[in-house]
Amino acid sequence: MSEYLNDAAFGLYPYIALAVFLIGSLIRYDRDPYTWRSGSSQLLRKRQFAWGSYLFHIGILGLFLGHLVGLLTPIVIFDAIGISHAAKQMLAIVVGGIFGIMCFAGLTLLIHRRLTDPRIRGTSTKMDFFILFLLYAQLILGLISIPISLGHPEGDQMMAFMAWAQMIVTFQGGAADLVASAHWVFKLHIFLGLTVFLVFPFSRLVHIWSAPFGYLTRNYQVVRSRKTGGAG
Amino acid sequence: MKVRAQVSMVLNLDKCIGCHTCSVTCKNVWTNREGMEYVWFNNVETKPGVGYPKDWENQDRWKGGWHRKKNGKLEPRIGGRFRVLAKIFANPDLPEIDDYYEPFTFTYEHLQTAPESPTMPTARPVSLISGEIMEKINWGPNWEEILGGEFSKRSQDYNFRDIEKEIYGQFEQTFMFYLPRLCEHCLNPTCVASCPSGSIYKREEDGIVLVDQEKCRGWRMCVSGCPYKKIYYNWQSGKAEKCTFCYPRIEAGQPTVCSETCVGRIRYLGVILYDADRIEEAASTPDEKDLYEAQLDIFLDPHDPEVIREAREQGIPEAWLEAAQNSPVYKMAIEWKVAFPLHPEYRTLPMVWYVPPLSPIQGAAEEGHIGFDGEIPDARNLRIPMQYLANLLTAGDEEPVLSAIRRMFAMRIFMRDKHVHGRLNNHIAGEVDLLPEQIEEMYKVMALAAYEDRYVIPTSHREEAEDTYGLQGGCGFSFGNGCSEGDSSEVRLFGKPNSIRGALKKASMS
Repeated sequence: MSEYLNDAAFGLYPYIALAVFLIGSLIRYDRDPYTWRSGSSQLLRKRQFAWGSYLFHIGILGLFLGHLVGLLTPIVIFDAIGISHAAKQMLAIVVGGIFGIMCFAGLTLLIHRRLTDPRIRGTSTKMDFFILFLLYAQLILGLISIPISLGHPEGDQMMAFMAWAQMIVTFQGGAADLVASAHWVFKLHIFLGLTVFLVFPFSRLVHIWSAPFGYLTRNYQVVRSRKTGGAG
Repeated sequence: MKVRAQVSMVLNLDKCIGCHTCSVTCKNVWTNREGMEYVWFNNVETKPGVGYPKDWENQDRWKGGWHRKKNGKLEPRIGGRFRVLAKIFANPDLPEIDDYYEPFTFTYEHLQTAPESPTMPTARPVSLISGEIMEKINWGPNWEEILGGEFSKRSQDYNFRDIEKEIYGQFEQTFMFYLPRLCEHCLNPTCVASCPSGSIYKREEDGIVLVDQEKCRGWRMCVSGCPYKKIYYNWQSGKAEKCTFCYPRIEAGQPTVCSETCVGRIRYLGVILYDADRIEEAASTPDEKDLYEAQLDIFLDPHDPEVIREAREQGIPEAWLEAAQNSPVYKMAIEWKVAFPLHPEYRTLPMVWYVPPLSPIQGAAEEGHIGFDGEIPDARNLRIPMQYLANLLTAGDEEPVLSAIRRMFAMRIFMRDKHVHGRLNNHIAGEVDLLPEQIEEMYKVMALAAYEDRYVIPTSHREEAEDTYGLQGGCGFSFGNGCSEGDSSEVRLFGKPNSIRGALKKASMS
């Protein structure tokens, strides 16, 4: 039974979550572009917003990129540039710890603001609350995993997670077995992480897709002509 | 030369009676929706006053408009591209809703449902954002109406700079006029420039600036970029919204709702041709006081055969050329020079212009005589200080405003002489460098202001751009998502907005 659950959670669920994440995002982008937005509440209350938002966003972007690079870079690359498994784990703990604490401080401010400010509470959707608490739980689990990781500093556990992630994204069977013996905190962290992907297209998180880097290279002025078939 | 046409507007402040019909009709058509309660695409401010949102003219505070760098290049005052993106998580220059006002309704239902009690039931104000009772309303969209409030507050008005303002706090010296405001549909809009998504655009055919609702992501930099604070953040949809210049009406050759319903007949709509190649050059003019002239310089004369030839070659429709030749805006802004841009120093090259208001002559009561400048009363004796108007309309340069006011005086004297005394006072026309025929036309357009003289709007040629046959039976104006209801609250799968109005209604029925 527990083997079946392990397979379902870490062998099948990743594909369900990622498929919903990608296809859901595409469908929403195509069918309901009017709902695609960051959903900022800054207009309604400035107090507590700037600190909360900056700490949260910088923290979570650092964590996201850290996980992306840390999990999906083939281990041979680390070996080639001479970073030992133990050193890589320590790097992950330090960098993740710093961004994690930033993110935690920011998210705490933002959750407090959303719960206590009548304007923000009154205009929040259920999904706004859900996504905030989901990220909060996920973040706390991640922070709790730090002392557990410090308990086995040689880095083997992390190697297993890397191998799992890489097998998942390269469609190899049997990935779930690699994490079967991991500490429950890690397992729950992975499960919630996948859940974030699952709910992504249904929440305001879609604004991440629209990070406006194009702004850096475009002309200041935008002129559309109906004759040249400009959208809109 | 790149010839482009724009439907632009002139507001004759001399005739505005401050009735707010424009604001109310606009609101009923465009912003009577949840998330937009605080938004007035068109509002009428009493000047002097800090306005809506508070202190909007103070760009040291709000950072709207353009900044001319030492090398002569322009950059949005909120910062260059990297600075704008660095502020994306929290925009330090964004007004809070209290700078506009917290929108409210009243618990009217309580008046009908209250149980019997020894005192009269009252309808208390309820916030349309939090849904909670508001103990006291402290600010509203028109709080300063007709000089409401203390002088110490309204004298924070940014246009009082360089003016000894204390005397205008005295009852005998006080002055006021109305300033209706809407989006300026600028030639060099900072809102467009500061949009990280590139969702705001200027339409090539008629110059109307619009927000692509499907492309807007709610980064809210445009709100800061616009120095007129005429882009608003819809907290419900999470999108920026702005005055659309009633483009569906303009396309059909009809005036905007604010113009159509203007009781005082103060609004004019007409086509202006301009040289799009020289926008940047004009907007980067070194001295702020030269910006008004620089903008006039890039407007093209629709009677000039060379301009007509170029315009035809570049595909400007014949009807638009004809409209440009009959444009009341062209006449007032360029031919008679009685209309001015609002705050040209923001360097956005605004396209909604204003005729300065006349006011009673001050000197008369005090000194027993009126100062004259030739045959025309000295405009410096007007109750509204010339410097104040200049700060509003010409970046502080009094001369052009003075000249416009002299021309308006001359028109009155000329027509009075004609109708009352039965003589043609050609001399006074010469004194303000106009021909008598020009004064007669000024009178026709500005004083009589018949409907067809105020609105000269060519229809758009949609048939050239789209298959109009295929459009029949289409959905018309909608909020994306094709022919769905258009009400974002109907979209459940991707999050249903929390409806304060719905909650209030439910509460009142229970």
